[in-house]
Amino acid sequence: MKEIRPVKEKVLTVSELTARIKKLLQARFFSIAVAGEVSNLRRPASGHIYFTLKDADSQIPAVCFREEARRLGVELKDGLEVTARGRITVYSPRGSYQLVVSEMEMRGAGSLQLALAKLKARLAAEGLFDPGRKKPLPPLPSRVGVVTSSSGAALRDILQVIGRRFGSIGVVINPVPVQGAAAAAEIVRAMEEFNRWKNVEVIIVGRGGGSAEDLQPFNEETVARAIAASEIPVISAVGHETDWTLADLAADLRAPTPSAAAELVIAEKRELLLRLERLERRLGLALNYLLGNLRGRVERALRSATLHDPRRLLWRSRQQLDELAGRLNRIPAVRIGFARQKLGDLNSRLRRRAATRLSFARQRAEALRLRLEAVNPEAVLGRGYSFTRRLSDGRIVTAASMLEIGETVRVRLKQGEFDSTVSRIFPAGGARRKKTEI
Amino acid sequence: MAEMKFDQALSRLEKLVEEMEEEEVPLEESLKKYEEGVRLAALCLDRLNRAEKKIEILKKPAGAEPETEPFAGPGEGD
Repeated sequence: MKEIRPVKEKVLTVSELTARIKKLLQARFFSIAVAGEVSNLRRPASGHIYFTLKDADSQIPAVCFREEARRLGVELKDGLEVTARGRITVYSPRGSYQLVVSEMEMRGAGSLQLALAKLKARLAAEGLFDPGRKKPLPPLPSRVGVVTSSSGAALRDILQVIGRRFGSIGVVINPVPVQGAAAAAEIVRAMEEFNRWKNVEVIIVGRGGGSAEDLQPFNEETVARAIAASEIPVISAVGHETDWTLADLAADLRAPTPSAAAELVIAEKRELLLRLERLERRLGLALNYLLGNLRGRVERALRSATLHDPRRLLWRSRQQLDELAGRLNRIPAVRIGFARQKLGDLNSRLRRRAATRLSFARQRAEALRLRLEAVNPEAVLGRGYSFTRRLSDGRIVTAASMLEIGETVRVRLKQGEFDSTVSRIFPAGGARRKKTEI
Repeated sequence: MAEMKFDQALSRLEKLVEEMEEEEVPLEESLKKYEEGVRLAALCLDRLNRAEKKIEILKKPAGAEPETEPFAGPGEGD
């Protein structure tokens, strides 16, 4: 049998083949997004992160280098479902390819919500949220513990209500981070510290508003358990008007905002002070009325036609009355009592007016500050955005259609700038990425 | 009366005021009641305002005992 041999056979070396594979893969997969599950996560001291991205049938090695790893918005864990953006590189010495990741985001928020729902059901089944477990607030606490960030808006709001004003009580702040990986453990520790020292009679734990991710520490099992286990009554104030975190469910009382929590704490005291004021007023009025009444009766009796003897008797009673009234007014307690009522009245009116004006002014200042911050361009650049200018006329580029291939643009980052030449253009509605050669 | 409990003092004050608001109390007795009322009110007020008004922050990391320092950060009441 004759052997059939191809006419021209090109025999490649391993290196040549690998080089071609490398060129092919790296060009073809220069910018891709891949969905998969994180596994085999390794974080060596170098700061680079190595892991495997996989699905049911395949897997691919992946790496996220230190620079990008620092800016990754996701807390990587084995088992996490993610969408990773990056490019394929081929490592010739080992004949392997990998995904070099530049960005990552979580997938399946649904699965996270499911996990939360399961945890909630499990804790509820244990009775952690039972109304029967909830303790009443102490009526006249002398000190309240506050577990929150020392620099956050929540603390500021609480102190505005409690602070040093009329009806105030002492405050002990136990500062903790209220978002991020370390938060849950710190919150748990703060709760345990107060329970160990027992230096406060009620605790407010909370933070201002934020995204679901920001609020995550308050949905951790450890935090819910620590709050439920606290012997000191706990008010949760996780600044989210409608949604309840596990912390809210476990607490003895839940307030929609930190200020509302503070109001709850001093409600009893304010109520008692008001009651006292009212009693003092009634006391004075009762005496006044009594005196007036008696005087009136005596005078009426005098005016009516009577016999001499009774008139003399009545005249003497009237004198006695005047005498008594004189003595009465000389009693310091009585004079002070009347003066105090008046003072108390004026005082509360003055306080209310001042407080309103002060808080109004504060609100306005705060609103202006927030508006100013929102339009601060530095803040935007700091988050990784950049803006691009055409060198031809210096105009800022907001649409790809404003550019031509070969045109030079200048890109301004938070720190520094660089020039770039447009090699390809993708008009809006096409592929997501705009490629520039750096 | 000096060491009467707060709730007791407040209840006694209320009762006193009600008695005075009733019609037929002789003048001398009303005076006595009034004086007692004023004293009770002063006692209650003193109790309510006796509570601490300090704002403190715990030093972290915390040791076996709490260590605090005065907090003068954002949000003082007045």
